[in-house]
Amino acid sequence: MKTEDLKNSQEYKYGFTTDVENIRSPKGLNEETIKFISNIKKEPKWMLDWRLKAYNRLKVLKEPDWQKPKYPKINYQDLYYYSAPKSASENPKSLDEIDPKILETYKKLGIPLDEQKRLNGIAVDAVFDSVSVATTFKDELTKKGIIFCSISEAIQKHPDLVKKYLGSVIPLSDHYFATLNSAVFTDGSFVYIPPNTRCPMELSTYFRINASETGQFERTLIIADKGSYVSYLEGCTAPMRDENQLHAANVELVALDDAEIKYSTVQNWYPGDENGVGGIYNFVTKRGACRGKNSKISWTQVETGSAITWKYPSCILQGDNSVGEFYSIAITNNHQKADTGTKMIHLGKNTKSKIISKGISAGKADNMYRGLVEIKNKASNSRNYTQCDSLLMGNKCGAHTIPYIKNNNSTSTIEHEATTTKINEDQLYYCNQRGLDQEEAVSLIVNGFCKEVLQQLPMEFAVEAQKLVAISLEGSVG
Amino acid sequence: MLNIKNLEAKVDNKSILNGLNLDIKPGEVHAIMGPNGSGKSTLANVLSGKNGYETRGEIKFNGENLSELSTEERAQKGIFLAFQYPLEIPGVNTNVFLRTSLNSIRKARNEKELDTLSFLKIVKEKSSELGIDEKFLSRQLNVGFSGGEKKKNEILQMKILQPKLSILDETDSGLDIDALRIVADGVNSYKNKENAFLIITHYQRLLDYIKPDFIHVLSKGKIVKTGNAELGVELEKTGYANFI
Repeated sequence: MKTEDLKNSQEYKYGFTTDVENIRSPKGLNEETIKFISNIKKEPKWMLDWRLKAYNRLKVLKEPDWQKPKYPKINYQDLYYYSAPKSASENPKSLDEIDPKILETYKKLGIPLDEQKRLNGIAVDAVFDSVSVATTFKDELTKKGIIFCSISEAIQKHPDLVKKYLGSVIPLSDHYFATLNSAVFTDGSFVYIPPNTRCPMELSTYFRINASETGQFERTLIIADKGSYVSYLEGCTAPMRDENQLHAANVELVALDDAEIKYSTVQNWYPGDENGVGGIYNFVTKRGACRGKNSKISWTQVETGSAITWKYPSCILQGDNSVGEFYSIAITNNHQKADTGTKMIHLGKNTKSKIISKGISAGKADNMYRGLVEIKNKASNSRNYTQCDSLLMGNKCGAHTIPYIKNNNSTSTIEHEATTTKINEDQLYYCNQRGLDQEEAVSLIVNGFCKEVLQQLPMEFAVEAQKLVAISLEGSVG
Repeated sequence: MLNIKNLEAKVDNKSILNGLNLDIKPGEVHAIMGPNGSGKSTLANVLSGKNGYETRGEIKFNGENLSELSTEERAQKGIFLAFQYPLEIPGVNTNVFLRTSLNSIRKARNEKELDTLSFLKIVKEKSSELGIDEKFLSRQLNVGFSGGEKKKNEILQMKILQPKLSILDETDSGLDIDALRIVADGVNSYKNKENAFLIITHYQRLLDYIKPDFIHVLSKGKIVKTGNAELGVELEKTGYANFI
C-alpha cells in the first residue's frame, strides 16, 4: 500500500499512505489508554482528570441510533486511540526537524509547509493522525497577540484560556461521540483572537488520517474576544483503505461581544470505493456560542467525502442581536450517506439566523438535511430563514429533508423553503448543444446550484471547492 | 454541407420522420414550414443529436456521418440549434456559460482558449450589434428572462459561437415585432457565403425579414413540396390543405 495506491486512485487522488514509523497507544478504550495519551502529551493533572471524568460519563452513555444512515457496530476496544509519527513525538521545533516524508505528504496534498512555498496569506496548522506537525506564520500572528497553535500546546502554555472555554460550548456529557472525544482527543487547533483585533490572514488546519485501525479524535477551540474577527478553514483527507475509520471531532467556537467567527470546512475524507467498501465515518460535533451581544458565527461546509457524514454545525444565539449562519453543500455519490444540517437556538433578543443547504445525491447515495430552529420564549423579534434545496442525479439515490421548527415567541418568525429537483436532461442537452461534454455540463449545472454557498468560501478555496464538486460527481450521469 | 437521405425517426415506437431528403449548400437559407405535428422540431433535435430518437437513413455534415457523433461533437463541428424553449440554468452567469461554451468549441478545434478579457471584448461587440444591454449578460442564464430576451440570447450565442449550420427552431414564435426584427437582423448580419441556415417556422412573417432561398413544406415526416420565397406567401393565403 504505497506508491501503487497513487496510480490506482484516479478518482480519489489523496488515497495514498505515507510510510512512517509510528508510536501508538495500546489498542482499546480504557483508563490506561487515556493516561497514555495524557502522559505522552505531558498534560497537567487537571486535563487528565477532565478526560477521566468524560470517560466515566461515557460508560453510562449509549451510542445514538436515531440517524438515517446505519452502520455496523463499532468495536471501540479494537481501535487505536493515539498514533503519531515517531519523529513528531519529540516535538520538532522547526520545519527542518520534521520528517521529510511528512513534509512530502503535505506537499502532495497541495499544502506546502516549507517557508518558501507557503500558501499566500494563510496560516496552516497541519495535523497528521493524532498530532499537530507544523504551524506556519506563527511569529507574524504572535505580534498581534493572536494565539494559533495546537490544542496540546495551548493546554501547556495557555491553561487559563483552555480551562475557561474547553467544554463550555459542548459539555462533557453532551452525547456519546462528543463525550468519547472529550476522553480521548489527541490534537487539533487552538485559536485566540484578542479584543478589537482583526486576524490579518486566513487560519487553516489540515487534517490527515494516515495510520490504519486508528480513530482520529481532534479537538478545536476558537475564541474571538470582544470586537475581533477571524476566518478559519479546515480541510481533510485520508488514504484509501478497505476498513472504515472513525473520525469523531469536537469543534467549539466562542464569540464575545461584537466578535465574528467565520468557519469553513472542505471535507474530502476517503468516501469508500464504488461498492461502498471502506471510507471514513465522519461523526463530528461542531457548535458555536454567540455569547456576546452583536456577535456572529457563520459556518460554511462543503462535504464531499466520507462513507457516512453525520454532523450538525450549530449556533447558540445567546447575545442580543447575535447572528448565526449555516451554508452547506453536501454531495453524496455511490454508496455514501449523509445526515447533516444545523441547529439554531435563539435565546437573545433580535437574534437572526440563516440556513442555506444544498444537498446533491448521485449513484445509490442517500442525502438527508436535518435541522432544528428553536426560538425560546425570551428571544423577541428574532428571525430565521431556511432554504433547503436537493438535487437528485439518476434514479437510485435519495434526498430527504427533516426540519424541526419550534417557535416559543409570538414576535418572532421562522421561514422555511424547500425544493427537490432532478438534474434536468434538457438542461444537459442544452449544454451539450453548446459544445460542453457531459462532465463539463454536470459540473456547470451543479456549481450553479451550489453558487450561494460557494460564494461564502474564502476566495482561495472557492476555486478548489468548485473543482472538488465536479470531481465528486464524475461518472454519475450518462 | 448537409445531406440528408431517407431519414426516419421514431420516438417510443411512433414514427415521426418518414424518409426525409434534404440538401443544404453553404450560403443557403432554407425554411421548413408545416402544420403542428409534422416533425419540424424532431428534425431539429435529430440533427443536433438529442437522445431518445431511434433513427435510420443517412445524415452527412461536410462529408462526415453525423449519427456517429455525440451532441457536443456536432456542436464543436459547427452545428448550432437555437432552441424553441431555451433552458434556464440557475446560478450560472450568462457570461460564464457563453465563455465555457466558446472555449469548449475552440478547444475541440485546436484553437487557443480565450481569457476573460478577450472574451468580453467579443461579447461586447456582438451584443451591441444586436442592441442587447450588457447587464443582461451578468444575469443567470435565461432565469427570469422574458420570451423575447431568451430568443435574443440564442441569436447572440449563435453570433459568438460562429457555427457553420444554424438551425432556428421556431425562434420567431412569441416575439413582438421589435424582437422579431432584432432576431432577423442578427441572422442577416451573420449570413455569408460559408454558412447556412435551416429556419423552422409556422409563419411567413419571419420570412419577410429573412429571405429564404428555399421553402420546404413538411407533412407527416416528409418534405411534400419545395419552392422559392413565393411559396411562403402562397401558404399564408391558402394554408397547408393543398399540400397534405
